[in-house]
Formats: sequence, structure tokens, C-alpha cells
Amino acid sequence: MKRYFHEELYDLRSKLILLGERSNEIARLAMDGLLENDFEKINAAYGMDDYLDNLEQEIAHACIRYITLRSPVSTDLRLLVVALKASHDFERIGDEAHSIAKKAKLVLNRDGKLMQPLRLQEMSNLTCQLVQDSITCFVEEDLEKANALLEKDREIDALNQLHFDTFSSEDMQRELSDATRFDCVLISKSIERMGDHAKNIAREVIFLLNGDQ
Amino acid sequence: MNINLPTNPNKTDLKVDAPTVIEIQDFDFAYGDAQALFNINMNIHEKEVTAFIGPSGCGKSTFLRCFNRMNDLIDIAKIKGGSIKISDIDIYGRDVDVIELRKHVGMVFQKSNPFPKSIYDNIAYGVRIQGIKKKSTLDDIVEECLRGAALWDEVKDRLSESALGMSGGQQQRLCIARALAVKPKILLMDEPCSALDPIATAKVEELIHNLKKDYTIVIVTHNMQQAARLSDRTAFFYLGRLVEYGPTEQIFMHPENSKTEAYVSGRFG
Repeated sequence: MKRYFHEELYDLRSKLILLGERSNEIARLAMDGLLENDFEKINAAYGMDDYLDNLEQEIAHACIRYITLRSPVSTDLRLLVVALKASHDFERIGDEAHSIAKKAKLVLNRDGKLMQPLRLQEMSNLTCQLVQDSITCFVEEDLEKANALLEKDREIDALNQLHFDTFSSEDMQRELSDATRFDCVLISKSIERMGDHAKNIAREVIFLLNGDQ
Repeated sequence: MNINLPTNPNKTDLKVDAPTVIEIQDFDFAYGDAQALFNINMNIHEKEVTAFIGPSGCGKSTFLRCFNRMNDLIDIAKIKGGSIKISDIDIYGRDVDVIELRKHVGMVFQKSNPFPKSIYDNIAYGVRIQGIKKKSTLDDIVEECLRGAALWDEVKDRLSESALGMSGGQQQRLCIARALAVKPKILLMDEPCSALDPIATAKVEELIHNLKKDYTIVIVTHNMQQAARLSDRTAFFYLGRLVEYGPTEQIFMHPENSKTEAYVSGRFG
């Protein structure tokens, strides 16, 4: 039996998807801005952080309101728990992207276009695809995709290790300044963290769909 | 780069400026020497659901029954002070016709109480008393009220059967339909779901939610979740006093009074 307040869950779901799409968009903008030397993209990413924070707060408020007023159980309750956790993960992806945008400004202002980005572009593509997949498995309620996603961040972890080893090696001193190499290590770490959040979201979708914790 | 960000939607859908229909000022009420209500002040708003909550004996049903002067039937009941105005008319004024008042303020009780008549006659009864006898008009009213109470599809083929053969949930919705037949402005409901199973309760709740488009509804309930789900505003009573009254979201999420907090979280009462 459909109740009049079930519409509120659809709204909540839509807001969570919107938050996911926006956080992924910021991540793409920040990374593309860095690798393409495009300040317009970097500034756009930089300016969207407050919007994500507000949307996360709105979702949290809606969840607490629904739990308080509607006494949800079973799938409805799981959706609310997932919305609270996944919205935080998406917001953290936005924070990491904001941090990348901040460092991208420093790097580009200091040294100009990054002449030796190693495999940052590949790592960025993999991570944005992972975030997009985490949204898709939530939207499509696809348990198989969510389970498959758990394995996919290993490649990202490996690339992060490669970046750490290479940017910190003495060989790179001729290519990039010390400050830029340090920033690149941190940027790579931020991308890797985004992948972790996408993996968390996949775990949350699994919990939503079958109740496994 | 231009990125379209949607504006934040409203966090509450409460119509803060809905006009007042019932205005209660400094209202005191007693059964003989025992004062039951103390200095109640509140406004009840049009086309909203207002819930009265509080422990047994706190005066919420007594207060509800004051709105259509049901307490007049109790010898020792008396108003000790204050006023209740409905659409700016003092309902305890000397020239108020109580029968007329009850046409405008319908009531549904805890236990469904259909007349021992047919389903059709239960609805038509009050309308016939008002002087409407024409069959086609009565047919229309019966159908409209049963549809309004979300009961038409379930009973349209057995209108001539006894109402006492209906399920408890159907009987309660029939009583709501019967109350609607005389076109009231306000519906009072005294624990309307306390004797119903969860599905019948859900149906009555859906009905109440739909009825608020056209009616002002005041409901007494012991079921905190029901008050939270259904109402736009909630009033918490304790020992005959109105402790806190406000938007339901506020009462259940951030009550200002510690007694309200303790009651809604099940710590006393």
C-alpha cells in the first residue's frame, strides 16, 4: 500500500543522485583543469563546494525528519541509513576535488602547465568512472555491479603508489620543482581517496539491496 | 563556465499563514469542583490536521469535545472562563444553536458507531433530517460521501445491506462519510484508529490526509507515530494544561519544553 509520505523518499533518492552527479562533476572539472591548464574549470570546481555541503545537510535533515515522523522500517529505513552515509561519501569526494582544485591553482601559477603528469589523467578517468558506476548501481539497484565495483579500486591504489614513488624520486627533480612534486603526491592521494569513497558507496548499495553489512 | 545549481526546496510544507478557524482564549473547564483544563490559549488553522497528544486524563478529549459542545450533555461540566470562537463566533454565546453548531463541527469517535441501518441510510439519515427527501439528490450525496471516505468502490454493490456487517475499518470510514454528509467545516476525531488493525489504520490515515484539502481536522491520538505522520501541528497536554503547541516537525524533532521531549520519546506518560 502506497502511503502519501512515500513521495518524500523519492525526493530524497533524487537529491542523493543529484549530489553524486555533482560531486563527480567537480572531480572531473578539478582534474581536467589541472591537466589542461584551464583556470575556468578549476574555478568552477572551486566554487561548488558550498553547494555540495548544503545539499548534504539537506539530505541529512530530510533523513532525520523522515525517521522521526514516519517510523520507517525495512527497505525504507535502509534507504535512509544509506542516504546518510552515501551523502557523506559524496560530500567527501567533493572536498577532495576542492582540495585538488586548490593545489592545481598553486601548481599552475608556480610552474605553468604540468609537463610531467605521469599517469594522473588515467587515474582520474578510472576514478571518475568508479564514482559514476557507484551512482549507477544505486540508481539501477544493481547488486552485481556494486559487488564488481569493490574490486575495481585496486588499479587506482596501484597508480597512487606509482605516483608516490615517482614524484618523490630524485629523477623527477629535473622535471618539476620540489613544491610541485609534493603537491602532485597529494593530488594523487586525493584521487585515490575518491576511489575509496566510491567503494564505500558500493558497499552501502549492497546493504540497501540485501541488508548485508 | 556556467553550472546551473538548483535552488534549495523548502524544508517544510506547512502553510504558516493558514487562517485561524478555531480561536481559544484563556479557556478554563471543570467537572464539578475538579478543574480539567487550565487557561488554554491556542489557534487552530484552516485545512490542517491538528493532533492533541498527552497521557490519559490530561484533558485532550475533554478539550476536543468542547469544540462542538458535547460536554453540554454532562450535568457537572462547566466552563469556568475564557472563550472558544469558531469563525469569529463565540460557540458558548447565548444565541448559538447547538444543533446548528454540530452541523458545522462533525465528530468521529474511538469506537465506530454506525446506526443499525443500511449503509445507504447511515449516510442519508442526517441529510433527511435537514429536509432533503428527493431520492436522486440523496443518491448523489451518498455516493459523494462514500467516495470522499474512500469507501465507494468497496460498498457500491451492497448499499442496502446492514452497516453492522462491515469490517471495523469500513465502519469507521462509514462514520467519517456520515459526518461528511452534512457538510461540516471541521471534523473532530477522538482516537479514530485505536480499535483498528494496521491496514485499516493506514486507510483511515490516508483518508484523513486527503480530507484536509477540504476540512479542518482535529484529532486526539495516543499513537505518537500517528500524530507525527498525520498532523501539521501538534499540541501536547499534561494535567489539563497546554504544555507546548507548534508545527509537528518542531514538536517531534526539537521540542522546546523538557516535558514534551520526555513524552514524545516515551520516557513518561
